[in-house]
Amino acid sequence: MAASSDRNPPPFPAAEDPEPGLVDPADGDSDEGEDIFVSKTNPVSVSRGVSQPDRGAEDPPDLFSEEEEASSTTAKSNGVHSDDDSDLFAEAHMELNTDKPGSSAKKELSASSGPRSTSTSTQSPAAMQPTSLEQLEEEEAKDSFDVDVAITNPEKVGDGMNAYVAYKVSTRTSLTMFRSKTFSVRRRFSDFLGLYEKLSVKQSLHGCIIPLPPEKSVVGMTKVKVGMDDPSSVEFVERRRAALERYLQRVVCHPSLLQDADVREFLERDDLPRALNTQALSGAGFLKMINKASDAVNKMTIKMNESDTWFEDKFQEVEAEEQQLRKLHAVVDSLVNHRKDLCGNTAVFAKSMAMLGNSEDNTALSRALSQLAEVEDKMEQLHQEQAASDFFIFAELLSDYIRLLGAVRGCFDQRMRAWQRWQEAQSTLQKKREAEAKLLWANKPEKLQQAKEDITESSNRSGSTASITVICLWESRVTQYERDFDRIGMTVRKEVLRFEKEKAKDFKSQIMKYLEAMLQSQQRLIKFWEAFLPEAKAIA
Amino acid sequence: MTSIDESNKEKLRSVSVDLNNDASLLIDIPDALCERDKVKFTVHTKTTLSSFQKPEFSVPRQHEDFIWLHDTLVETEDYAGLIIPPAPPKPDFEGPREKMHKLGEGEATMTKEEYTKMKQELEAEYLAVFKKTVQVHEVFLQRLSSHPILSKDRNFQIFLEYDQDLSVRRKNAKEMFGGFFKNMVKSADEVLISGIKEVDDFFEQEKTFLLDYYSKIKDSTAKAEKMTRSHKNIADDYIHISATLNSLSAEDSTGNKKNLEKLSDLFEKLRKVEGRVASDQELKLTELLRYYMRDIQAAKDLLYRRARALADYENSNKALDKARLKSKDIPQAEEHQQHCLQKFDKLSESGKKELTSFKGRRVVAFRKNLIEMAELEIKHAKQDYTHNISGLFPLKPSCSFCLTIFDLLEFFFFFFLL
Repeated sequence: MAASSDRNPPPFPAAEDPEPGLVDPADGDSDEGEDIFVSKTNPVSVSRGVSQPDRGAEDPPDLFSEEEEASSTTAKSNGVHSDDDSDLFAEAHMELNTDKPGSSAKKELSASSGPRSTSTSTQSPAAMQPTSLEQLEEEEAKDSFDVDVAITNPEKVGDGMNAYVAYKVSTRTSLTMFRSKTFSVRRRFSDFLGLYEKLSVKQSLHGCIIPLPPEKSVVGMTKVKVGMDDPSSVEFVERRRAALERYLQRVVCHPSLLQDADVREFLERDDLPRALNTQALSGAGFLKMINKASDAVNKMTIKMNESDTWFEDKFQEVEAEEQQLRKLHAVVDSLVNHRKDLCGNTAVFAKSMAMLGNSEDNTALSRALSQLAEVEDKMEQLHQEQAASDFFIFAELLSDYIRLLGAVRGCFDQRMRAWQRWQEAQSTLQKKREAEAKLLWANKPEKLQQAKEDITESSNRSGSTASITVICLWESRVTQYERDFDRIGMTVRKEVLRFEKEKAKDFKSQIMKYLEAMLQSQQRLIKFWEAFLPEAKAIA
Repeated sequence: MTSIDESNKEKLRSVSVDLNNDASLLIDIPDALCERDKVKFTVHTKTTLSSFQKPEFSVPRQHEDFIWLHDTLVETEDYAGLIIPPAPPKPDFEGPREKMHKLGEGEATMTKEEYTKMKQELEAEYLAVFKKTVQVHEVFLQRLSSHPILSKDRNFQIFLEYDQDLSVRRKNAKEMFGGFFKNMVKSADEVLISGIKEVDDFFEQEKTFLLDYYSKIKDSTAKAEKMTRSHKNIADDYIHISATLNSLSAEDSTGNKKNLEKLSDLFEKLRKVEGRVASDQELKLTELLRYYMRDIQAAKDLLYRRARALADYENSNKALDKARLKSKDIPQAEEHQQHCLQKFDKLSESGKKELTSFKGRRVVAFRKNLIEMAELEIKHAKQDYTHNISGLFPLKPSCSFCLTIFDLLEFFFFFFLL
């Protein structure tokens, strides 16, 4: 079956047998599907196979050389994972690992940013004129990841201080675990915060990087509640809507979060119970603050004995990057402000020029000056749009990633806490052992027997059926914590690499958007001035 | 100490139009030195006129010498009916100097690269101010040389020729005060004079027009300055963004690295373009407005002098009538009246000529500058555009194919239609 297709398959032998887990998604595909999964298990070959047919259609060597590098690095890291994963994880995870290079390669190929567009992932196969290899890869990517969410229609519900803004959350998916293919619900901001709370409680123990929702803003919300319709509150709502959309898209792109029941409930359920513990002044809010404070103190006192330098290096990298991003964000903010200034100044200048044109007595010059005033007016609009693009695309991207890097650091902290638990359990075990040894030394067998009887009695009372001693209990705990720690380490590693890939993709797509917007505004600028030129030449 | 060269100057001749065409007297400032606060201009003259001792010569002059020349021309009675070209403003390096100072203070917070780039930017600004002031002084002299009457002025010739230091007596305190007082009196007079009934429609129209236009153009100049400054701020921001992106990409080990590097390069190119947009706008638009604001002030001064002459004439009429009543000093009064009438007539005649030619000059200058500004804007946007394209090429392959076709078409049509 593998050799039945007449297109050029990747010239690599099928290195491994297809994993049984991988066959499932292929069931619905044609017989060519087998071919993919054969080569799928060798991630490097997938990317190369993909890029070759494309080279004919489009001729940008740069992207694909980049892509190959990226894929090969991920392939390497995936290789590492595969070795470790096979010990600890089911094959399902393996499938997700090997899916990733293909799907990410596919996503970069189609040059549509997955998190961004809602409809292009369905259109791109058609637009791409792909070979059948790519088509199948696309479908497979869709099988694993096709959940697109969009947040639209912010509407103010209610009046006065109890008012809130409800957003329409629309989902489009082909995954079978959802009830239907497209559906939408209405959610408010506290619902999003509630989802985040639930996820962080559950998933943080595993070391996942949870995407962060936008921050609360008392000032912004109050303005909206009060009903002021000025541009700043409109901008605030738009900013929040875009941020919520990005947040939700990141959540559904995360493979393990997508499996979470809470996420599904959030997307599907019509009536979600109000998340009360997200209010700033609630009891839960205070508890959170106290927890955060104690965590901070803990962090300062723990000195971890790092056996794996990867974590330390990565942590420092993350910290340095966060600092640089903050700096960049500050500069981009100043750019936005200066552009807004330019807007204002241009508008004012346009008016002044119009008045000058009016008082000019030479008719041709007067007309030219009025035209100049109009051109400057249009320029003001251009600058306005450019400032919006600067802000919504560039600055928001940076602030998102500053917060996400904070979440990454939180991940590392989780791992450190797991290590701490393990060490504490170890020291407790040590103490218990010493205590027992002392008893033995003191040669008081009766006391020892008494102690043992006490222990078994107490363990019987606590409902354990087997008579285990305290030491055995602690021994098992130590082993469990050690395993937990290793597992978290693995997850953190995997998560960080996935995060970096997502980040590269995100940055690329956002930068593209930004440059496209800039390009468009420059083109319009050219048109405006070209329209003005004949007027200027007509001055006599 | 900075100096400029001939080729750069050619590009700067913005507000001067139709000057320096008369081969009998060609003036330019080929060189200038900047020492601390003082700028020394080298005034170079080429002439075929016999009134000069040599056919070609150069003299060093300072800003104060120009002011002296202007003031003597203004004070000459014979030129009362002429628009005296406005004096060049004093060289003002305050702006860039302050920025340089601030940059020095903030040096610790930026990377070495960033600092060097900011410094380069400031030095370019400094140079731009310098070039502007040279141009303005040159234009002043060229207007004098192209004026049929003023070019023959004796003081002007001394200014051009006298190879020793003019050691122009700086106005002492009394003269400064006197000048200040005179200005105050003049403005009070202006109010008085605006009440006088104008005999000639032409001048009535001109007066209304010029007063109105002056206030509008003054407003526009200020607003244009603010706009240009915003552009410069944005160009500066691009420097910082480019530098920060650079340090981000240096520390990045993921796939993001290349993207960040490319973006950093792009911003570096963009800031140069933005800087040029800002400075072109300044030269073509702001400078144009500023120059004609001063020129209109000179035209207003002419109107004032004529109105003053009219007032004098009317006063002399009244004095003649009084003398006739008293039958005393009639011939003196008559002579005085005749004298005033003559002066007034002469002023009216030359004033009319001057104002008409001024109108023509202004329209031509505006036309030239507006065309040049529009062309430069288009050129810069296209350059910006091309840079964006080359920035986009490696990042977005699917669009690149269509972009190349579009790009080729654009250039094809551009050259074809030109």
